[in-house]
Amino acid sequence: MKMNTQITIAGVTFKNPVMTASGTFGSGMEYSEFVDLNALGAVVTKGVANVPWPGNPTPRVAEVYGGMLNAIGLQNPGIDVFLERDIPFLKQYDTRIIVNVCGKTVEDYVEVVEKLGDEPAVSMLEINVSCPNVKEGAIAFGQKADALFKITEELKKHARQPIIMKLSPNVTDITEMARAAEAAGADALSLINTLTGMKIDIHRRRFAIANKTGGMSGPAIKPIAVRMVYQAAHAVKIPIIGMGGIATAEDAIEFILAGASAVSIGAMNFVNPYTTVEVVRGIEEYMRQYHVENLTDLIGAVE
Amino acid sequence: MKEKQMAKVLSQREIAPGIFDMWIETSLAGQAAAGQFICVYPRDKSTLLPRPISICEVRDDRGALRIVYRVAGKGTAEFSSYREGESIAVLGTLGNGFPVQSAREKENTRVFLMGGGIGIPPMLQLAKELAGLGMKKENLQIVVGYRDAQNFLREDLERYGSVFVATEDGSVGTRGNVMDAVTKNGLLADVIFACGPMPMLRAIKQYAAQAQIPAYISLEEHMACGVGACLGCVVKTGEIDHHSHVHNARICTDGPVFEAQTVEI
Repeated sequence: MKMNTQITIAGVTFKNPVMTASGTFGSGMEYSEFVDLNALGAVVTKGVANVPWPGNPTPRVAEVYGGMLNAIGLQNPGIDVFLERDIPFLKQYDTRIIVNVCGKTVEDYVEVVEKLGDEPAVSMLEINVSCPNVKEGAIAFGQKADALFKITEELKKHARQPIIMKLSPNVTDITEMARAAEAAGADALSLINTLTGMKIDIHRRRFAIANKTGGMSGPAIKPIAVRMVYQAAHAVKIPIIGMGGIATAEDAIEFILAGASAVSIGAMNFVNPYTTVEVVRGIEEYMRQYHVENLTDLIGAVE
Repeated sequence: MKEKQMAKVLSQREIAPGIFDMWIETSLAGQAAAGQFICVYPRDKSTLLPRPISICEVRDDRGALRIVYRVAGKGTAEFSSYREGESIAVLGTLGNGFPVQSAREKENTRVFLMGGGIGIPPMLQLAKELAGLGMKKENLQIVVGYRDAQNFLREDLERYGSVFVATEDGSVGTRGNVMDAVTKNGLLADVIFACGPMPMLRAIKQYAAQAQIPAYISLEEHMACGVGACLGCVVKTGEIDHHSHVHNARICTDGPVFEAQTVEI
């Protein structure tokens, strides 16, 4: 049977819908020892700012039931080192490059977006307005619809590549945020970022994470993510990249049926470094089993 | 080459209360070195993250690795229930390991191998490798600190070096910690290798600075990926790190072994 796993988002074609969730895969270097990056639809990089960010104090990660909390705080080397080192590394592979962009102010974001504009190897930009672990910027832009509208509109003026707004689940109504981003010109949405959580070590009577709160990810959050992808997909016309606890191809198919055009693997990379390629293979098996010729036929196929 | 695989439990026994000694059969044995670690994954899906556990001993000829670990929570409690023949999910080998050659730069270099509590296990493979390089037993001074008379791994260590024991309750050897044992026995060294709780490593860092000798200390921190991607397990460094160009080295990949004066602990 002839099968086509190709998908298109904002005019950019991807060989398959499987991507990496920002922050869980670096710039692919570490996991290239385990998986063939050529097999992936795209590598979505760890967030990069205009200057290096040191991130938060440790402990930065903690395990919770069926998932984890993290408060890395967007440690990154800054855009200049990133362009010199990470982009040339990723260019060796036949996979799309999506760069996740973070900042404390609108100007910070603009600076990174403009520098990336000169790099044709970068197919899309994912704008991080939803990291729950940094005090300034990031989530401050992603929890109010008017703030999200403004930053999206501003970045669209400067971006040479299509932009994906990465939405926070820590909001009252995800559809309001999705609509605001779309109205401001976003080319696509990705969701969900992590859910703000907390864990207390009762023996030491301390927070498990130095930042006190951390973003929760992992299989335990998947039903919430599927629900939000479904709601957002019905609220907007732009494509959605779904993520949140995907561990298997079955999980990925669920997101696609809910309305996602593509999916990202996040925390499960830490549990099984081969997850991304296993999901790629599993999606193909599903298509074979159910005689699905085009993956696009599955997108939003449950009403 | 790092790999996640199913290994086979060859044997397991409890060698002190809550301390388990497990041999596993794995192809990773061929590349394992002293001071490196493996990530072990529980089967229980509610406990997803790997448990980083240091390599205690390597038997390359038998394709076997030994880990000695303390039951500290749900994951390690699960591992402690494994019996001979069962499979165990591991990722390895990880981390840089101890720079063993630094103990062989001069003739008659005297070393301290200092282990505290569950930091003792990696000292065994290190002692084995140093002895294998021809280091004399009297120069291989192994200083280990325990809570009490449960001196696990002591006999194994005595095969390779001169062992000095400190116990918190004074039941064996010097009462106190490893530094007390050094003072009490009037020991001297040209280089230190250490693994143990943070207060012990801080004391060793200070001692090494005063003695003007290098000290290679193995650090631990909560990890998620174990391979350098998540940036969960960092330590503050004096110099700008090569990965993020800030002052944070990744314990899992740039370490776990660091020269003590290069890290802020």
